[in-house]
Amino acid sequence: MATETAGDLAAPRTRLALLLLLAPALVWLVGLIVLPHIELAVLSLRARVAPRIYEMSLKQYATFVDEPLYWHTFVRTAAMSILATACTLLIAFPAAWYIAKIARGRKKSVLFVLCLIPFWVSETVRTLGWMILLRESGVMPRLLVDLGITPAPVEMLYHDATILVGLVYTSMLFMVVPLVSALESLDDSLIEAAYDLGGNGWSILRQIVVPHAAPGIVAGSIVVFMLAVGNYLTPTLLGGKNSLWFTEQIYTQFITRFNWEQGAAFGFLLLLLSTAIVWLGLTLSGQRFGDVMRRA
Amino acid sequence: MQQDLEVDRVTKRYGSHTAVDTLSLAVPHGSFFSILGPSGCGKTTLLRMIAGFLAPDEGDIRIGGRSMRGVAPNRRPVNMVFQHLALFPMMSVGENIGYGLARRRVAPDATRSRVDAMLERVGLAGARDKRIDQLSGGQKQRVAIARSLVLEPTLLLLDEPLGALDLKLREHMKIELKQLQADFGTTFVYITHDQSEALVLSDHVAVMSAGRFEQVGTPQELYYQPRTPFVAGFVGANNRVAGSAGRVDGEIVEIVTGAGLAVRARASGAIVAGDAVEAFVRPETVALARVTAELPPGAQPFTGRVESLLFDGANSAVLVREIKTHTEIRIALPQTGRFADLDAGETVVFGFDAQRAVCFRAGSHGD
Repeated sequence: MATETAGDLAAPRTRLALLLLLAPALVWLVGLIVLPHIELAVLSLRARVAPRIYEMSLKQYATFVDEPLYWHTFVRTAAMSILATACTLLIAFPAAWYIAKIARGRKKSVLFVLCLIPFWVSETVRTLGWMILLRESGVMPRLLVDLGITPAPVEMLYHDATILVGLVYTSMLFMVVPLVSALESLDDSLIEAAYDLGGNGWSILRQIVVPHAAPGIVAGSIVVFMLAVGNYLTPTLLGGKNSLWFTEQIYTQFITRFNWEQGAAFGFLLLLLSTAIVWLGLTLSGQRFGDVMRRA
Repeated sequence: MQQDLEVDRVTKRYGSHTAVDTLSLAVPHGSFFSILGPSGCGKTTLLRMIAGFLAPDEGDIRIGGRSMRGVAPNRRPVNMVFQHLALFPMMSVGENIGYGLARRRVAPDATRSRVDAMLERVGLAGARDKRIDQLSGGQKQRVAIARSLVLEPTLLLLDEPLGALDLKLREHMKIELKQLQADFGTTFVYITHDQSEALVLSDHVAVMSAGRFEQVGTPQELYYQPRTPFVAGFVGANNRVAGSAGRVDGEIVEIVTGAGLAVRARASGAIVAGDAVEAFVRPETVALARVTAELPPGAQPFTGRVESLLFDGANSAVLVREIKTHTEIRIALPQTGRFADLDAGETVVFGFDAQRAVCFRAGSHGD
């Protein structure tokens, strides 16, 4: 009886405590994500018919379909981001394998910290670093001339490949971390058993390692893809005017054109695009979102 | 007789530590051979060298008469059952068993029928499409063995596969393993630290300590004629009495302990008076009685006080302290129930036949 009373009293108090603990997260979620998105949705669905007079319309979305530059940029952004994600995975996998399975003790933590170090400086500084290396009067073109590979310095900035290099570099850590944790949980004896039963490196990778690491691979890929698709700084600085990144279109609409309605519609389209691609990736790899995010 | 496995003076060192020390071994075709030793004795290193995961520093390993120098694990006619089985959780039971066949490019329908036949033989017919986590511990064990045996290896290596099972299942799997081996006729090399597993399962057992074999023999030889103090102490329960050799009378030596207890035992190897010696007396060779007249003739009588009763069904024993020197000795209780009413603190007499106790020079090792 006594414990029951105590339980009754404790219940609302526990609920209150839980609510207070969740408050910062809720404020963040509602105030910075849900409310602005509602506002953007409303903005994107109206059109200006006369000064200060607006009405509900799908005009903003129609513009996107009618204007080839917009959807061309849109498709290009998606394709480049997928390519950047694939490149990051290819480069990060051997690194993660080395950290998880081969390096031991001190070496392991040093390598991990090495992956982290680039994140101690801001993204702007890191990207400017690439510019110093790659611009026509920069380190790399100079080196190529000195080595006699090119007769004159070549401009290495403002190519698609340059954008890819920047994106891969920026997102490497977000691929390495989930991969390391996925590979660390793989029992070495499984690899030995497969080898013992006649497997070779390639078949073991395909049949044992990749299926085991799949949630980690998908988690890393989702994060890297999201970062690439929504990146503004790297494509702008390294790709210059040719970069044609969709975030630039959004920026232009909001800031240069002051056409918030169009910008909001583009923002929503980008959200839909990344959601669709993530969904497609999960479906193709047969992973569930919840499982994958627990690994990330 | 054809030897399926020959290990020829193999050595493996880790820095200054010698894990396996110039060790030789031959396992005839179709036999069940166990390597028994405490953890850290080098038995896992030896097994991993046979499987090909480690290369010996010196010596050679021949399987089916063929040297394995420079042969990778996936090209050896050897398969291994891992300590924690290492079944592939991402594959079904059938895919696990078919894995090795698929790697050998056996046609899919041939693989399928061989997998089904193998499942039938290990008593898991119809389990082909099950997931690994749907199996019980014993079933997983069988899948792990089937996965290796389906490849018809010359040699099957087993790395303490029963270690993770609970006692009841372990007892059951021991019998099953022995039957499987008899069924298939494949040569098994089994490593374990559990002497009961080694004794029950094997045709021959090698007792290993500090990178060397102390003794190789049948389970009966190891139990009744241990050749080193280590084997006597490690295989089966034993009472150890350390002291110095007193009077030597033919092969019977009198051992006098520091506390002054004098017991007689059969000498193993040359012993002269004054040597530091260790004698071993099995609990079941010691006769227990309430009066001296009941002891078998020829047994040297001692008087003791019952310290504690260790009831364990058929393995029940009693700890007795010799009355003058307070030496503790373990005595097996007879199955007849004659001492069912024995109480702690009671005074009893005990004795044993000197021929059935064995005495070594202290610290002697195998050849």
